[in-house]
Formats: sequence, structure tokens, C-alpha cells
Amino acid sequence: MIPGSKAVDTMEETSLLKTLMAQIKEFRRPTILTPVCMIGEVIFEMLIPLLMASIIDNGIETGNMHHIVTTGLLMLLMAAGSLATGVMGGVFGARASTGFARNLREAMFDNIQTFSFSNIDKFSTPSLITRLTTDITNIQMAFQMTLRMFVRAPMSLITAMVMAFIINARLARIYLAAVGFLAVCLFLIIRKATGYFRKIFPRYDDLNESIEENVRGIRVVKSFVREDYETDKLRKASGNIYKLFTKAERMVILNAPLMQTTVYTCIILISWLGAKMIVAGNLTTGQMMSLLTYCMNILMSLMMLSMVFVMITLSQASAKRICEVLDETSDITNPENPVMEVADGSIEFRNVNFSYKTADSDAPEEARGKPAEKGNARTGGKERVLHVLHQINLTIQSGETIGIIGGTGSGKTSLVNLLSRLYDVDEGAVLVGGRDVRTYDLETIRSKVAVVLQKNVLFSGSVLDNLRWGNENATLEDCRRVCRIACADDFIEAMPEGYNTRIEQGGSNVSGGQKQRLCIARALLKDPKVIIFDDSTSAVDTATDARIRNALIHELPETTKIIIAQRISSIAHADRVIVMEDGHVDAFDTPENLLADNRIYQEVYESQVGGNADFDEMLPEGELHVHARRGGEA
Amino acid sequence: MPGPGGPRPRGMKTTVKNPMQVLGRLLAYVARNYRFHMILVFVLIIAGVLANVQGTMFTRTLIDDYITPLLKTQNPDFGPLARAIMRVVCFYAIGVASTYTYQRIMINVTQGSLRDLRNDLFTHMETLPISYFDTHAHGDVMSVYTNDIDTMRQLISQSIPQLINSAFTIVSVIVSMLILDVPMTFVTLAMVGLMLVVTRKIGGQSGKYFVAQQKDLGRLNGYVEEMMTGEKVVKVFSHEEQAKEEFRALNNQLFDSADKANRFSNILAPVNGQLGNLNYVVCAIVGGIFAIYHISGLTVGALASFLTFNRSLSMPINQISMQLNSIIMAIAGADRVFKLMDEKPEEDEGYVMLVRARRSGDALVECKEHTGLWAWKHVHQADGSVEYKELKGHVVLEHVDFGYVPEKEVLHDISLFAKPGQKIAFVGSTGAGKTTITNLINRFYDIQNGKIRYDGINIRKIKKADLRRSLGMVLQETNLFTGTVRDNIRFGKLDATDEEIEAAAKLANAHGFIMRLPKGYDTVLTGNGSNLSQGQRQLLSIARAAVANPPALILDEATSSIDTRTEMIVQDGMDKLMNGRTTFVIAHRLSTVRNANCIMVLEKGNIIERGTHEELLEMKGRYYQLYTGKQAQAAG
Repeated sequence: MIPGSKAVDTMEETSLLKTLMAQIKEFRRPTILTPVCMIGEVIFEMLIPLLMASIIDNGIETGNMHHIVTTGLLMLLMAAGSLATGVMGGVFGARASTGFARNLREAMFDNIQTFSFSNIDKFSTPSLITRLTTDITNIQMAFQMTLRMFVRAPMSLITAMVMAFIINARLARIYLAAVGFLAVCLFLIIRKATGYFRKIFPRYDDLNESIEENVRGIRVVKSFVREDYETDKLRKASGNIYKLFTKAERMVILNAPLMQTTVYTCIILISWLGAKMIVAGNLTTGQMMSLLTYCMNILMSLMMLSMVFVMITLSQASAKRICEVLDETSDITNPENPVMEVADGSIEFRNVNFSYKTADSDAPEEARGKPAEKGNARTGGKERVLHVLHQINLTIQSGETIGIIGGTGSGKTSLVNLLSRLYDVDEGAVLVGGRDVRTYDLETIRSKVAVVLQKNVLFSGSVLDNLRWGNENATLEDCRRVCRIACADDFIEAMPEGYNTRIEQGGSNVSGGQKQRLCIARALLKDPKVIIFDDSTSAVDTATDARIRNALIHELPETTKIIIAQRISSIAHADRVIVMEDGHVDAFDTPENLLADNRIYQEVYESQVGGNADFDEMLPEGELHVHARRGGEA
Repeated sequence: MPGPGGPRPRGMKTTVKNPMQVLGRLLAYVARNYRFHMILVFVLIIAGVLANVQGTMFTRTLIDDYITPLLKTQNPDFGPLARAIMRVVCFYAIGVASTYTYQRIMINVTQGSLRDLRNDLFTHMETLPISYFDTHAHGDVMSVYTNDIDTMRQLISQSIPQLINSAFTIVSVIVSMLILDVPMTFVTLAMVGLMLVVTRKIGGQSGKYFVAQQKDLGRLNGYVEEMMTGEKVVKVFSHEEQAKEEFRALNNQLFDSADKANRFSNILAPVNGQLGNLNYVVCAIVGGIFAIYHISGLTVGALASFLTFNRSLSMPINQISMQLNSIIMAIAGADRVFKLMDEKPEEDEGYVMLVRARRSGDALVECKEHTGLWAWKHVHQADGSVEYKELKGHVVLEHVDFGYVPEKEVLHDISLFAKPGQKIAFVGSTGAGKTTITNLINRFYDIQNGKIRYDGINIRKIKKADLRRSLGMVLQETNLFTGTVRDNIRFGKLDATDEEIEAAAKLANAHGFIMRLPKGYDTVLTGNGSNLSQGQRQLLSIARAAVANPPALILDEATSSIDTRTEMIVQDGMDKLMNGRTTFVIAHRLSTVRNANCIMVLEKGNIIERGTHEELLEMKGRYYQLYTGKQAQAAG
């Protein structure tokens, strides 16, 4: 989109250019050939007016039909040349720019795949999407424009000028003066106008954001009967945009009268002086006609050049945002000589301190670009305490069932995220299977330490496709087995096409509880040594939750099971429970002991009256369609 | 649910049923407020074109009438030439002035129309029923405001004036040509016909690939959106390589169609340009033959002038063909804008109003000031007599049936009543119809059968706005608005004083965390309050309902995102809020529903059990199972 705020200085510009140009790769040939063809086109185009003049002067004026025909044919030959170069330039230009865009997109996507969780937090999802879509499109357009025009326009300007001087140096000086005058004026106008536009676009984003809030929060607006209030707000905002836009465009339209006045002045001067010179015998009528044609050429190319400049200036912000992604290096990488085997599910935390990188200082830019990005750019700072985890020391045996309980923001999720190296500790060490997690191969540790994320996602594709994320080679039988453990088999088989039923993007056609159970099954397919449930049965009813827990204990006795839960019944049968409070471990003991002497545990217990306090989702199976239809209702 | 924003290029639908009709409607829309401006612009464009043509004609007079005679005289007198040039200067001045003026006017027309369009669109959108928002993807609605209105800016400010300009230029050039020489004009027109055929051919190709490109782009963007949203899951499952592979396939497909689409649109200009040159040469040769052999009285000067016209003919034709693509896109956009404008607004046939009242003896009297007393103002249609009835919060549902679509009933024969000040709770599984019932009470949706009465009045007779004003709502999904914390709470009552706001925040137990925010009540919230935790957002939405001080409340999972310990703290505020008000509560936490006056257990759209907590436990039915977690019959 349009530039954020700060001017990009020359140093930065060079490095941006370098990063971007590196992605031209196999399209180097068309990238070079495009301007070459454009130069060819310009040369032919400039020769044509000469021939046109000759047709009038030496053909029509003297009644020489032979000359008209031969020159005409020569001119057609030139036109053919111009056509060939023009078409080729177009073809190469299309290839170079779309290829460049393809490479950029691929490089970005590939690099994002290497990102760690904290890299992702830093950019935020909507911002990454904008960078991969709108920004790339902007760059593609600017690139094509540059290839085709950036050489062509000055070339055409120079050639026309040279031709004009060859025809008549005295008259051509008028053009020189005109070009100088126009160049200065255009520069001033553009500078002023882009300044205005830079101011407008953030406001524009605000306007859209406010509309989006209304679309999203329409129930709130309507239930408080605030339709008129919101409409007034929008009217003010759109009125403001109107004022700013008219101001900026008043600047932009100065271009046209300026151009026209200059062109007309030139024409008049050439006509007057030219007429005198013709009478004096220093100029022919044909030459004068050619001069007038070149006049248009010169001024048009100047106009074109100014457009290219605007385009480049405006696409700078996009370039910057793309380069930020390309230049980002993952802060979690595979170690050298990684360990490929996880011995068992034992876990140890040694003096662990952990904090999230403050996203605020790192990524101030993206919040400006698009409406949807605003505010989301800082999701990384969700728990914005300095130390999210403080001096954690824990030892867990392989095969144990561990519960974790604590208030929102107490550090439960952060704690388990360290186990599969989704984040790295600041200080201390996390050991799985007796080794520091940072010594394992990333893929190994992540497949052996399975996490069922709190904010989980299903992908469009069949149920089976989704399950096989856990293990590509899983047979239908394997899938059935894990679904039985996750209590997902019943509802899957009740679905119209069983395991082949299509899941819509984001799993929008399954209920919250069903989604969670599918996600559990998917993680189980990894055959992990450690499995972590991050509040992942919150939408499953108490009874089913209990069945899943039972199945886990019986089917996966060797696997260490870590359960984060709000609901005390989910962890009441754990071997031991970790009580988290403000980033440290308040207690780590059996549920019985905690109930006896831990204040926090007792309070949570009390608040839930003996354990079975929730009426959760007991979705009658097979009610898929109800949910699919009413996305907005729940 | 909405995509995470950003423009989502959708599969572009190039097929608008009646493109001309849409265009006409757009012009009519613009003309509504800018009729005079438009006429003036039209006149100015034509004046500009005429002045320019006069300028071009000058080339002929310059050579034929001035230079050629001057060449023949011994003592050339440049006086007539100077006068002619002065005349041309005037024409040019008129041209420049009219071009500038029309562009200047067009800025106001364009930006003003866009402003009106946005305002109208938004105002209209705010009147649409909830069902519209439930059945349309939020991203698609947003894209009407962003992408579609943007394409219309192009159309109004550039394409249409350009089109008028080009069309008129073409007409006037052709007329001038006809004046100069008729046979030559036909030769030129034949060549122009050829140009049009070729343009159509290439343009068609380009359009075909352009559509393919939009489709591929939409598909790729969809994939990007899905993968970026699930990027953390991709990491957890080490699925990076597969994702790259899939992406590469889509990316290559897009490259292929984008390459072709761009190729055809790029070659259009040089092809047209060279056809223009061909046109020139043909005319020169034919004209040369005419002039030299004196076939049609064509003079040398006229031929020179004719050839200039010939060149100025290719320019507008080129311009029209360049504008064609963006016009098609803009019409598709305008079509979507008008579709949204044509959506039927919520119907409101209610006439009973909610008014402030005070007691005067036994009777209720309408008044302006806050009294804490509200009355339903019932103007009888028959005789115009006015009746006031105190608002108490007595809600009755009688044999209510409802379905979101007629074929599928979601609620069957629901009957219940809530006496003033009572707390009614709904429990049951997702999809049982809990939220649906509350949506019916405030008329987000209308019932198909049965009756809902509010203080004895059929809610259909109550003005929707007034009905909703009497019902406070706190929803599970909290929606905050960009603005300060104070603004967000004030949303509940626009004229609330700062003290009232603080009191409401204290009631909801939100005051504490608000004071810890960097700027307290003046902290600006953005992106739906993304800098707050889910629990804090819920506290704010409770405060927002509290400041509205409505006689009745609907709480739909209002405390579900607050952990149980915090909830105990909030509960206190909630109890205060509910005190003395009729309240409908949906919750899955026992603590929230236990002290309700009546608990309704819903299943598959039916109330299967009802009673107080104790009564229901004694019944040992479904509620008992839910409460104790004991599974009598296998349910799920």
C-alpha cells in the first residue's frame, strides 16, 4: 500500500533494492531485454515522424508519387520494427514482472516457514497475509512500469530532443526551456501531492476499520440502538476523507493545465517563428510538422517519467514490508549434529526464565499498512510482563499425568510451549528425555512432544487429510484408533461421508467440541513421548472429557501427559498438579495434598463446587449442518 | 467469520446482468446531488475538445492561408499571421481553462459522490437485519467498502470523463475530416474499423486470461490466508515442506495466467499504435494520389491537416480501449455496491414507544428528565388515544416456533414467562437453541408462530429501537470499538457523566484494571481491544451494559472467558447488575445459573425440564446428569 510515515533514506533504499533484485533469478533475461526492446521501439518511433515529414515535403509538395510510395513503405517497415520491439517488450515485461512476483512470493512464503513462534508473533497473521498478497501485487506493478517506462521515457525524451536539434537547433531550444520548466513544476507538484496522500491513507484505514468494527459488532450496535450514533461517526470520518482527498487532488490536477499550457506555448512559438523561417527559406513545412510532433513526444515522456516516479515512491512502503519478511531470520534453528531420537517422556525445567520479545519495539511499521493489521501487530505482547516465567524448576517422570492450573496470564501456556521449542528460554534449560531440547532435531522434538494448541486450527480438506497432518503415512486403521481415544470416532462416522467428509476452512462446519477432539486425535497420530493439552477440551462436555482422559491413561501409559485446564475436574485425577501464579510455580503436588494445603487450588476448587461445575457442550452427534449454517449465531 | 482483513481479491465476476443499467444507475446516483455539476462538466469537456480541434485546424490555415501565400510575395506582411495566432491563443486558453475547470469540478463530484456512497451504504447497512450479517462473510461485506468503492473512484473521476472526451473528440475529428475531404474520411474510417476489430480480438484474449488470473489470485490468497492463520499449527506438526509444495503449485499457476494476462494487455498499445501508423501511411499514399493528380480537389495544406487529424484519431481510440478493462471492473464493483444498497432493511411495524415517565397521582405522565421510571406509550390506532403502561420487565413467550430457514425449525413450542425482576437461566448443549431464544426476545429474528409479550404488549407492536433499549445485552463475543475506554463504556449511554461511567466500571469490577492501564479511562483501545485480555474485555462489556441501566438484561455466556477465580469477583458485580431486573442468562457455569428463579433445560429446540436448581436436582433428569456428570444414557 501507500507509504507508512518515515522517509526511507538512501542507505536503506539500496539495501531494499538489493534484497528485492536478488529474487529476479531466472528472469534476468526478460528483465534486461524489456528495456532493450523499449529502446528499440523508441528509436523506430522517432524515425517515423522524420519519414512523415519527408512524405509531405518531398512527396506531396513536389508531387512526387514515387517518393510518397517508397517513403511510405519505408515507414511501414519502421512501423513493423516498432511493432515487433513493442510487442516483444510487452511480452518480456509481462514475463519479467509476473516471474519476479512469483519468486518474491515464494521466497517470502518459504522464509515464513522457517519462522519461529516469536517471529510469527512479531509480524502477526493479518500483516503477513497483506505482505504476501497486496504488497506483492503493488511491487509487481511498479516493477513492470519501471522496466517498461523508466528507460523508455528518458530515451524517448532524449531522442526526440536530438531529432529536434538536428532539424533545427534554434527552434529546438524552445523545447529545452519547456522541458526544464515542466520538470521543476512537476517535481514540486508531485512532492506536495505525495505528502498529502501519505497523510490520507492512515485516515482511510481508520475509516475502514471503523466500518469493520460495525460489521463485526453489529449485535452490540443494534442491541444498544446505536445505529444513528455510529452513522454520525462514520459521516464525520468520511467527510474528513473528502476534505483531505479534494485537497490532494487539487494539487494533482494542476498537472494537466501545466502540460497543456506548455505544449500550446511551444506550438505557438514554433508556428510563429517557424513561419518566419519558412518564409526566409531556412525551414520547410514538413520540418515544421515534424517539430510539432516531437513537441508532443518530449512532453509526453516527461509526463510518463513523473508517473513512474510517483509509482516508485508509493510502492516503497510495500517494498519495505516485503523486505522485512525476507530479511527476518528465525531465532530458532536446528542445531549442528542434532539428536534424532527422544529417549523417553521425562521432563526437567532447570532455573528457567522466559519472556516474550517485546513486539512493540521490533515491528512498529506494520500497524500502519492495512486496517485489519492495526492492533494485531502486537499480539506477541499478549502477556506483556517482563518475565513471563520466573525461576522454574520442575522434574517430571516419563509416563506421569500432570495437571496445570492457574489464572489467565499466569504462564501456563508459556511453560509448555518451551517443551517442543516453540519458544526458547532466556535463561536455564528445558530437558526432555534427559537432553536439552535445543540439542534435538526440530522436527524430531516437535513430533515427539505433541502439543494440542489452545487456539487450534483445522484446514480445508477431508477429515482424513487433517488427521494425517500428525503422520503422513497413517492408515485408516491408525486414524480410527486415535479417534477412538479422542472420542471422535462416533461423530466422524455419523458424518455423511465418514472419514472422507470435507472440513471447511478453519473447521467452520464442525462444533467447537468436535474440532477439539479432532485436534487431539491429530496430535495422537504422532505417537508422541509427551503430549500436551493446552485447554484443549474446554468445549468438550465433562463426561466425554473424562472418557478421553481415561482412554489416554490406558492406551498411552508410557507417554507423559500434561493437561492445562480451567476446569478442576479435568486435572483432579492427575498424578500431580502444577499450580501457576504470576509466572512462577506456586505448588507442585498431588491433587489431594493441594486441596489440603494450597490456597489457590482450594479457591479454584471452591469456585467450581466440588468439581463438576460446568454445563458444557453436549452436542448431539450429527448436528453438523446446524453449525455450518449459523456461523454467526454462537 | 471474517477473514483477518486486508482486501480479499475475490473471483472477479465479469458477468453483470445489465452492465448498462448498472452504469445508468450509478450516473443517476451521482446526478442526484451533482446534476448541475455534471451538466457543466459535460459542456466544459465539449468546449475543451472544440478548442483543441480548432487548434489542430490551425495547422492547415497556417500552411495554406499564411505560409504558402507569404512565400509568393516579395515583402511578406506578418500582420495577418500574428492575428491568426492570437486567435489560436484564445482557443488554446479556452481549452486549458475548460479542462482545468472540469477536472476541478470533477474532484468535488467524485469525492463527494464517494462520500455520499459510503455514508448511504453504511447508513443502509446499519438498518439491515442480523440475518444479513449472519449469512454474509464479513470479508465480503468489507470488500464492498474497500475494493468496490475504489474501482468506482476510477470510473467516476477518470473513465467517464475520458470516455466523453474521447467519444466527442472522435466525432469532432471525423466531422472535421468530412469537411476537409469526404473520400479520404472513408479511407480513414475503414482503417479505424480494422483497429477496432484487432483491439476487440486482443482485448478479448486479455480479458479471458485476466479472469483466469483473478481466479488464481483468489485461490492463492485463500491458501495464504489459511496457512498464515494456521502457521503455528504448521510448525507444531513440522508441516512446512508440504505447505511450501502446495504453495509452489498455486504460485506457478498464478504466474502462468498472470503472465498471459499481462502479455496481452501489454501488446495492445504497440499494436494499436502501429495500426495508427499504417493508417497514416495509407492515407498519405491515397491522399497523395488525390492531391497530385487533382482527383478530389484536395490541397496540399488540406492533406497535411488531414494527416494531423488522422493522428489525433488514434489517440482517443487507444484511450477508450485502455479504459475498457477498468470500466468492466468498476461496473462489477458498482453492481455489488448496489446489491448491498438493495438489501431489504429490518422491518419495523411497531408503534409502541418507550418513554421516560413520572408518577402523578395514580397516572403516569411522560417527562423529559431521568426518573428511573419508564413507560410504554401506546397510541391507539383507532381513536388516537394515548395510554401509558409502566415498564416492569414481564416477559412471556407463548408457544413459540422458530427456524432460521422455514424448512428447519430450531425451536419448537417454547412457552415460558419471566416475572419482573426474575432471573431465568437457559442451559443445554450448543445448538439446543439457547441463544436463539434471546435473539427472538430482542427481535434480531422474528418468530414464525406463537407470541412474545413484554409487559403484556406483543413485541411486534413495540418499536424495535425501543424494545432493544429496554434490554441490555452482554455477549460472549465481546466487541469493543476504537476509542478510549471511557468512550467504550459510554456506548451504553451517550450522555453518561464521567461519574456514571466510573460507577458502572466499579460495579463490573473493571475499575481496578482500568486504573492500571497507561492512561486509565483515556487509554485508547484499537483492534477490538486487542491490548486487553479476553477477561478484561468482558468486564468492559459488562460495564457498558451497566451504564445503560436497562430494565431487563440478556447475558449470553457473559463470563465464560473469565477464569473461575476472577469470575467470583465479577460475580458480585453481576449480581448487583442483575438485582431488580428481569434477566435471561445463558451459561455453562453452574455458579452463574444456580440461583436463578427458573432454569430451562433445552435440548434440540425443546424445553425438556424446568424448575429451580433444587427442583431440577430432585427430578434426577437431564439437569441432574449435567450437574453431577453422571451419564445415565449415552448422550455424546
